[in-house]
Amino acid sequence: MMSETLFYRLQRFVKLSLSYLILTAVALSCLFPLWWMFVSALKTKISVFKDMSLWPAQQHWENFYYAWTKGGFGQYFLNSLFYTVVVVTAIVLFSSLAAYAFSRLEFPFKNFFYILLIASMMIPIPGAFIALFVLLKMLGLVNTRIGYILPQINMGLPFAIFLLKTFFDKLPRDLEDAARIDGCSRLGIWLHVALPLARPALAVVIIFNTLMVWNEYLLAMLILQDKAKMPLPRGLMVFQGVHLVDYPLLMAGMTITVVPVIIVYLLMQRHIIKGITAGALTGQ
Amino acid sequence: MVKRWYTLTNYLFILPALLLFLVFGLYPFFKVFQLSLMSWDGISSNMQFVGLANFVEVFTQDKVWWGSVLNAAWITFLALTIQNGIALILALLCANDIKGGHVYRVIFYLPPVLSGIVIGLIWKWIFRYPDGILNVALVHMGLKHLVRDWLADPKTALNAVAAVHMWRGFGWGFVIFLAGLQNIPQQIYEAARVDGANAWQRFWYITVPLMIPVFILVSILTILGSMQIYDIIAATTNGGPGYHTEVPVTRILASMQGAGRFGYACAQGIAFGLILLTVSMLQLWVSNKMKRE
Repeated sequence: MMSETLFYRLQRFVKLSLSYLILTAVALSCLFPLWWMFVSALKTKISVFKDMSLWPAQQHWENFYYAWTKGGFGQYFLNSLFYTVVVVTAIVLFSSLAAYAFSRLEFPFKNFFYILLIASMMIPIPGAFIALFVLLKMLGLVNTRIGYILPQINMGLPFAIFLLKTFFDKLPRDLEDAARIDGCSRLGIWLHVALPLARPALAVVIIFNTLMVWNEYLLAMLILQDKAKMPLPRGLMVFQGVHLVDYPLLMAGMTITVVPVIIVYLLMQRHIIKGITAGALTGQ
Repeated sequence: MVKRWYTLTNYLFILPALLLFLVFGLYPFFKVFQLSLMSWDGISSNMQFVGLANFVEVFTQDKVWWGSVLNAAWITFLALTIQNGIALILALLCANDIKGGHVYRVIFYLPPVLSGIVIGLIWKWIFRYPDGILNVALVHMGLKHLVRDWLADPKTALNAVAAVHMWRGFGWGFVIFLAGLQNIPQQIYEAARVDGANAWQRFWYITVPLMIPVFILVSILTILGSMQIYDIIAATTNGGPGYHTEVPVTRILASMQGAGRFGYACAQGIAFGLILLTVSMLQLWVSNKMKRE
């Protein structure tokens, strides 16, 4: 009897240690490439090819300064920030207005318009960016900030509207009724009642789209030729095409690109992971 | 009359979204079909109607195109098996009362939130020949015969790109699998344990059947995501060496930017869209069937 519990304990111990070993190994394989990028940014143009240490004896922090100024990543960073703030704000405003109307207000062809918007989420058209480029050219919006912003707002809308409408549908109407009796207008109810209540769903919308816009590359590659207008991923590709050998500055630029995302991710990881799971499961 | 006017003003709520959608969503959608019937270089005013000639070429002559579809299909196959297999195993390990499971979850989900361009460039740096850290490490471990230009060697390029894609993606599958596993009520396992079911039986007769909807969801999203792979390719091989890592999106871009054949690029886009649509429809069909059961 004694030996049997000992056997089970031993078995459990081996199983647990093995689990930790595997999980830790995989975790390290996730972190190592990012660490390698960061330390490569601290080496010199020459030592970066020879010095394989995980922490260089001499850290050239000035590389980040040069990447920010000479490398142009300061400009790219501000562009990325600008695009992300504008696109995400517009998505939040437009999608919550539309979702509120689809959930609460009455107007002719309501369901037709809703299904039209949602269907566009379901139909993948990998060639659409060709026509989008043609359209932007026709409108004279190629190589302009607004030409990069408007299509991205449109890309984020269907999912955001779907998520928010589903959320509004589940909310009780009592608060809105009370506000209406107090003489609050439709717009006032949307702003003062519906939006504050929808905070959890809005957080998902904001997180999803912030990552989408910050990491976007294809559209930027197609329509932005002006360095002064490029966001970070596009700037990185341009930089590595021109400065083939300046790896430390490239790595510094890459670090500048991911650090804000990592900080936001670590601060909000609980919401992000919950949001992603919820997003995927509502996609069901 | 006043009442009707008031109802119509409700449209103002959906107007911004609808306007953007009509201009930047619906118009390009139809424009793609129109352009696919044309021969056009994207610049000149000379646009020639060629009927279905572009489609005939895509389906009968363009070997590079179908090669790119096969490459994406291979990456997708690896993602479905290896990437999702690893994701599931890790989720199962984490679901067993592991302390600090939350920390692992945060770390595994880090690569999926980062820019594909940055990830591609990091791995290009790691794979560098002959002085990248991977090749240097291989020499140190006495595995000199394995040293190669991973991303430029036709034998390894596609699998190297697929490995980067899987490194980026497994954490996403892991998070969904883990959420699915944690949704299974513990009482079912307890009951099975009381009835004398061993660990393998509990996995096979409880976990697997209850996880089937999650497996299907993850598989479909993996297919849609992997087939449309682009950023990582753009940052690592850009389709090379030769056509060994070309994927549909890089081919569409090549037709458009390289060859200046906008109509043909649209035909490729539609052909590819049909493939993806079939997958999406399959998803709807399967999940509807699941819901009814």
